Amino acid sequence: MSAQLVQFLLAGLTLGAIYALVALGFAIIYNASHVINFAQGEFVMIGGMAATAFVDSGLPLPLAALAAVAAATLVGFLLEKLAVEPARNASVVTLIIITIGASILLRGLASLVWDKKIHSLPAFSGEAPIAIGGATLLPQTLWVLGATLVTVAALWWFFNRTLTGKAILAVSHNPLAARLMGISVRRVLLVSFGLSAALGALAGILIAPISFTSWDIGVMLGLKGFAAAILGGLGSGPGAIAGGLALGLIEALGAGYLSSAYKDVFAFVIILAALVFLPNGLAGKRAAERV
Amino acid sequence: MSRKGFAAFALIVVLLPLALTNNYTYEVAILVGLNAIVCVGLNLLIGYAGQISLGHAGFFGLGAYGSAILAARYGWPPLAALAAAIAAVSLVAWIIGKPVLRLKGHYLAMATLGLGIIVSVVLSTEDRVTGGPDGMAVPPLALAGFVLQGEKLWYWIVAAVLLATVWLALNLIDSPRGRAWRALHGSEVAAGAIGIDPARHKLSAFVLSAALAALAGALTAHYSGFITPSKASFLHSIELVTMVVFGGMASTFGAVVGAAILTTLPQLLTMFKEYEMVMLGAVMMLTMIFMPQGLVPTLEKALAAARRKPQ
Amino acid sequence: MLLRAENLSKSFGGVAAVQAVELGVAPGAVHSIIGPNGAGKTTLLNLLCGIYRPDNGKIVFKEKDVTGCAPHEFAAAGIGRTFQNLQIFFNMSVLENVMAGRWLHEACGLAAALLRPPGLARAEQRARAESEELLAFVGLERWARLPSDGLPYGALKRLEIARALAARPKLLLLDEPAAGLNPTETREIDQLIRRIAERGITVVLVEHNMKLVMEVSQRVLVLDHGRKLAEGDPESVSRDPQVIEAYLGVEA
Repeated sequence: MSAQLVQFLLAGLTLGAIYALVALGFAIIYNASHVINFAQGEFVMIGGMAATAFVDSGLPLPLAALAAVAAATLVGFLLEKLAVEPARNASVVTLIIITIGASILLRGLASLVWDKKIHSLPAFSGEAPIAIGGATLLPQTLWVLGATLVTVAALWWFFNRTLTGKAILAVSHNPLAARLMGISVRRVLLVSFGLSAALGALAGILIAPISFTSWDIGVMLGLKGFAAAILGGLGSGPGAIAGGLALGLIEALGAGYLSSAYKDVFAFVIILAALVFLPNGLAGKRAAERV
Repeated sequence: MSRKGFAAFALIVVLLPLALTNNYTYEVAILVGLNAIVCVGLNLLIGYAGQISLGHAGFFGLGAYGSAILAARYGWPPLAALAAAIAAVSLVAWIIGKPVLRLKGHYLAMATLGLGIIVSVVLSTEDRVTGGPDGMAVPPLALAGFVLQGEKLWYWIVAAVLLATVWLALNLIDSPRGRAWRALHGSEVAAGAIGIDPARHKLSAFVLSAALAALAGALTAHYSGFITPSKASFLHSIELVTMVVFGGMASTFGAVVGAAILTTLPQLLTMFKEYEMVMLGAVMMLTMIFMPQGLVPTLEKALAAARRKPQ
Repeated sequence: MLLRAENLSKSFGGVAAVQAVELGVAPGAVHSIIGPNGAGKTTLLNLLCGIYRPDNGKIVFKEKDVTGCAPHEFAAAGIGRTFQNLQIFFNMSVLENVMAGRWLHEACGLAAALLRPPGLARAEQRARAESEELLAFVGLERWARLPSDGLPYGALKRLEIARALAARPKLLLLDEPAAGLNPTETREIDQLIRRIAERGITVVLVEHNMKLVMEVSQRVLVLDHGRKLAEGDPESVSRDPQVIEAYLGVEA
């Protein structure tokens, strides 16, 4: 395999891991509430920007990261409580507008609370590149891939082995039955939003040393994460991960071999093709309408 | 009711210049009118036919650039360029609409969103043709040698086009075809049971709204003398949808009111420019949470309820 | 035969909802399809109007093979239908619901819709008048201008029938028209069905209300577990031992 191909594959996997985390956030919220949270990308932004601000104010990196994730989780809770819950029974269009409005609001607040400049975090374990078969690998890439793997494993354990996780799955399958079993749907929604926000923030912190962070990185990341979630089949966790990785690889390979100017477009072209030819995504289920 | 409403609306449009004091206020009014043209069309798609489009600024941008490029780079007479651009965009909408409108809900939202972004990136990247992110200059419209320039003249041009658009929309809504579209929104399966072909009608609603967006885009280009890819951006698409949804879905006048309020508000609050995003986001959220029907239908219902209360 | 179905089958995810069903609908008669819950009645109805595509079998309407056609093509051929779960156009008024039903007979091009030539304006007046007549036919004339979402349940069931009639079908499929209605309203539906049959429209209804079925139908088809159990006039079907067993079970 040529060194260039390895380089692109690594870049694609790194990017894909980030998209996977964002897409997982979409999937978790969609499963619990059938809401597409267009503000998901802003959690990524908050993670990166808050961590940067905390580091600048003197906190050591690990604490800053933790604090940033906590901050994003809090925003996630607020979003659910203030914006989604009051409009629980609204139509698809209404909910889309609400979460898009939330994303615009968060972006505006970010530009006021912080600024519009580009920031970055120091790499977690130094910047000395590692050589692998002719290609160079940044240590941060290992952090991204490693952290994503650990997170996915932790999520698997959470959803399959803990009561709260199983409660969330129950709500996603049948909210009424879950409520009859004593599960508080409201609390499940809250946890889902908080969890998704934490995932997004983690992604933002992991990627900040490589591709930096600023007040408006959330838009594209959110949209591409959404595309990845749809590619994998809306509501499917494994699908979200597969979709995210696929999208990352397609983008890296496309930018490398076809055109780097159109880097952002590859994801959307693929998602359009997928939607037209695979209307339920790679792993999605077809729902029949009862008349 | 809508005939009287239209007459009142026409009266407002004709008398408004009495309140416009300088070039700047004319400019704002023209901007309102142009946005309103797009919104009336978008409202037919979202509020009446019940579809979603998060990429309509793409059609706006394609209309603007289509007309600009034909006029500026190929020397076409501007009116011909405008007509050709609208026709071309309608054809594009027809071609992509067929496969895309088979999707529903979030999937349709994603598809239209993706299309809008692809258009905006292409417009920004192909700088040899489009002038890239910095945009390109556009020759003014000319009619029989007479160059159409100046705020006052353009007010009347846009007013005429807007009045025509509103009149056509009101006719459409009150026609068998309009009811067929509304039936699709009400219940697609029941619409099929009375012989309405969902695919065909969704497509015609999509193409019509795209054509109106392209018209507004081309007019904007020739009016400003300049066009940039930001006019085709995701944010612009969202602003347009917000105007429709804020003003009132399934309400033509609602679309106009939404365009009017959400175009003038940022202008009035230029001192709060930094807060613009925060305010836009807040407006979107608060409207949808507390007034999900939109401003005009909510007011209409409140008025109807007040009239029925015993005195 | 106005409508003929041969060897109709439909499965969902491995569960056979309808299996090898044969039926014939003669013009001018009122037919009923009955059966215990889960027998496949609504699935069969959905097959007969194109909402589901059969896995096997053929549907012939007025000597034309309509198998695999889309719902709007079934409607254009002359088959109308009402729904068990109301599918009223709640975004329109009562009158507009009925006017919408006329689409097949007053389709207008987009240009005409936008420009509203004098011919269209006249046609609209006619449409309004005839729709009001249909509302009177089902007893809803008082509510014509009201938004449809304010009507009581029984009225909405009749509105669906009026809307379906506006399309001037030759065959009308009614899915549980009496579901959720009290005895008075059920009697009104009974009379409405008779008046519809008098107009020459063939009616097929899916119903649970046995009294209504026995009184209003000329032929009854019984389904059980997706298969045809019995077919014939109401009297003989009600005495068929297999039918009784399917409904009431066997004595221990």
